[in-house]
Amino acid sequence: MVTAIRPDPAAPALEVAREVAASVPDPELPMVTLADLGILRDVTAEDGQLVVTITPTYSGCPALREIAQDLRHRLSQAGFAPVTVRTALAPAWTSDWITPAGRRKLQAAGIAPPHPAPARDRQAPVPLILGTTRRLPVACPRCGSPATTQTAAFSATACKALYRCDACREPFEYVKDI
Amino acid sequence: MTDDEFTVYQGLAQDTEDHRWAFGTGFTDPLEGIDTSVADGVDPAALATYCLMLGDDALIYSHRLQQWMTRMPELEEETALANIALDLLGQARMLLARAGRAEGAGRQEDQLAFFRDENEFRNVRLAETIDADFAELTGRLLIFSAWRLALFSQLTGSADPVLAAIAAKGVKELTYHREYAAEWVIRLGDGTALSHAKMQAALEAIWPLADELFRTDAVIRTLPAVAADPATLRGEVDEVLRTVLAAAGLDRPDRAPMAAVAGQTGRDGVHTEAFGYLLAELQSVARAHPDATW
Repeated sequence: MVTAIRPDPAAPALEVAREVAASVPDPELPMVTLADLGILRDVTAEDGQLVVTITPTYSGCPALREIAQDLRHRLSQAGFAPVTVRTALAPAWTSDWITPAGRRKLQAAGIAPPHPAPARDRQAPVPLILGTTRRLPVACPRCGSPATTQTAAFSATACKALYRCDACREPFEYVKDI
Repeated sequence: MTDDEFTVYQGLAQDTEDHRWAFGTGFTDPLEGIDTSVADGVDPAALATYCLMLGDDALIYSHRLQQWMTRMPELEEETALANIALDLLGQARMLLARAGRAEGAGRQEDQLAFFRDENEFRNVRLAETIDADFAELTGRLLIFSAWRLALFSQLTGSADPVLAAIAAKGVKELTYHREYAAEWVIRLGDGTALSHAKMQAALEAIWPLADELFRTDAVIRTLPAVAADPATLRGEVDEVLRTVLAAAGLDRPDRAPMAAVAGQTGRDGVHTEAFGYLLAELQSVARAHPDATW
């Protein structure tokens, strides 16, 4: 259950707005918030109006509009209106921005959190990896076994892959490291 | 309604001006709040055309991939392909929006996607022709994604910051696409005698369309700091294909490039017969009901 954050009369308005925006749940991964995922980039005031900047996880992320809608709604409930929601494309979102709290929540919900994103040498071509052996083992979020197998590189959303635990045989999702 | 009762689904049901499904004016601008001014020294018309080229490649190929939906051999593969198509559609939306802004005539992504005619589309012909079978799907996806990944890697240093940002996001996505395609090409090539024969035949069929990907054109030449010269991508793509084909036990086809028409190809708006049918499917509803919403 999501507990709405009520404005604290003593807190500066911008701080309250930041807390409200940070607590908005992600529409596709509702166990984590926009701040947990690193999607929320900035909350500022411009000419007395609140500006919230978010970034998409993937180019085709269909949840971005719902996120913007949810932000406007919750912020207006907290007394902030009108609210401008902006998109930032650079720097591109990386799964490294998922916070430790976000990782714990994903794990608790049966979704394996991502490994660190591969470091890239911008001057060199992106290496072709091939095969499953190169992947770091993804531990089963239910039983903890490191013996798991990727069954599909893509899952119900672009940001996740499908795995199966070789020990407890349960299928689970893994947030891809990008 | 309390906060706790509020869900995104209720939000979607609200009939407000800026919340509508499907095509029409309902999509939020994918570049909302992003500075899309064109840098000094960059020709805005050429930049718009270049973004159309890259956006059309993604839009048209995404549509072809979507046509595989309900036809894939397994649910996992269907999900994978849907995600790849969605990534490309996302890239297309941003690139078409960028083209519209650079052009400065007020055209938005929907106008560009649904209300341009065949000869105004700038996509390469590899993106528009139909996959004869699953082997062609994987072979085409390998060539397309290996090429686009090499291209976008270069564009991360583009003098147009919007294009550079779109490319930097795309690189991460295309890395997954290329990996997916490569694994399938190896699995089929290194599989049974039948799968090997089909994979080899698929490469032979697609190969003539690959040459067009590496041709430099007049528009690209006017944007040296903004665009990536396609001719410079050949080495990287060849190396990837060589590695994958070797692992798959497949021969590199020796096929002449598909002929240009009076020197013109997809980048010039000259397309194959298959393209008209694709465009009809893509555009007919939007054209029959302009500005419709539901």
